[in-house]
Amino acid sequence: MITLLRLFWEFFKTGLFAVGGGLATLPFLSDIADKTGWFTHAQLADMVAVAESTPGPIGVNTATYVGFTTAGCPGALIATLGLVTPSIIIILIIASLLKAFSDNRYVQTIFRLLRPVSVGLITAAGLSVARTSLVNAGHTGLIDFLDVKAVLLFVLLWIFMQYVPKTKAWHPIIFIGISAVLGIMFF
Amino acid sequence: MNSETQKKVSLLTLFLTFAKVGVMTFGGGYAMLPILQREIVENHHWASDEDLANYFAIGQCTPGVIAVNTATFIGHKTRGIAGGIVATLGVVFPSLVIISCLAGIIARFSDNLYVQKAFTGIRICVCALILKAILKLLKSAVKDKLTLAVFLIAAALAILLDLSPVILIVTTIVFAAALEFSASRRSRGKEGRA
Repeated sequence: MITLLRLFWEFFKTGLFAVGGGLATLPFLSDIADKTGWFTHAQLADMVAVAESTPGPIGVNTATYVGFTTAGCPGALIATLGLVTPSIIIILIIASLLKAFSDNRYVQTIFRLLRPVSVGLITAAGLSVARTSLVNAGHTGLIDFLDVKAVLLFVLLWIFMQYVPKTKAWHPIIFIGISAVLGIMFF
Repeated sequence: MNSETQKKVSLLTLFLTFAKVGVMTFGGGYAMLPILQREIVENHHWASDEDLANYFAIGQCTPGVIAVNTATFIGHKTRGIAGGIVATLGVVFPSLVIISCLAGIIARFSDNLYVQKAFTGIRICVCALILKAILKLLKSAVKDKLTLAVFLIAAALAILLDLSPVILIVTTIVFAAALEFSASRRSRGKEGRA
């Protein structure tokens, strides 16, 4: 019961402060992992992959998955409800004063600065995912610091995602599928 | 469309329509736009294309998942507060069912060597996907020296000090409000002298 209440509260905060959608919840989930020990950063990366490969908004999928990992089906439900409760409250308020809200200069300045902060937070969260997947756990020197096979796969994926015109527009699920197969073959 | 001639939408229809939108949204909030256009604008006439663009813009810059925010907006427009809540529950319902089933299955096979190897590969892919998302977001978030500085400072603080994201977000809101306050006072001062 205490876990469920805490789960709701943690996801309520995530829904309240994560601005920008998609991966904007990632830094908050990473923070929850550090604070509570409910799941590890490696597990979080797996959950993001599943969330990106299944139907439904990524933010909602990730919340449901983290909730399930923490406390089973009730956890999935509570985490998702916690995530959407602030949205419902905030949007219902804004919907009733739509024009005044979007024309307000304070609101505009706040969001102009919140957007880069949100990207900064995602960058930091992305680094902690990279730490669990690209860096060798028991490294002793610079040479074995980076997992060479992992870095090679990363560079290869990056080239196809960013520079090859034909594959650039592919849905993430295709890259995730290819990586799963390569992982089974070479790791 | 005139609200008097518009038939009252049933909450069940609202729920089912948004559940359908939830199933068909593959990926992030942006993937939802064409599906919303077809379901909400063309099939049900609950909102116009222009409404949708407005809701999306606000949904993007307010806290929370963009898809959820947009669903709440449209639900509120069709059936008031109850509509907002029902539409939101509808859009998250498929995720709840699908992820809970999948999570159970994956947890059962998590000790399997091949599953572990697959996820080792997948995690590397997630890094690349996150980097791609960051580059895309930077284009719309960083437009001048001020926003660039804010991005760098926020990233540095989050990486080096391991600060809670909540603290950074709240500090930003206070800083932005103070900035706007001093800017508006300065411009008012100029008008006064002129």
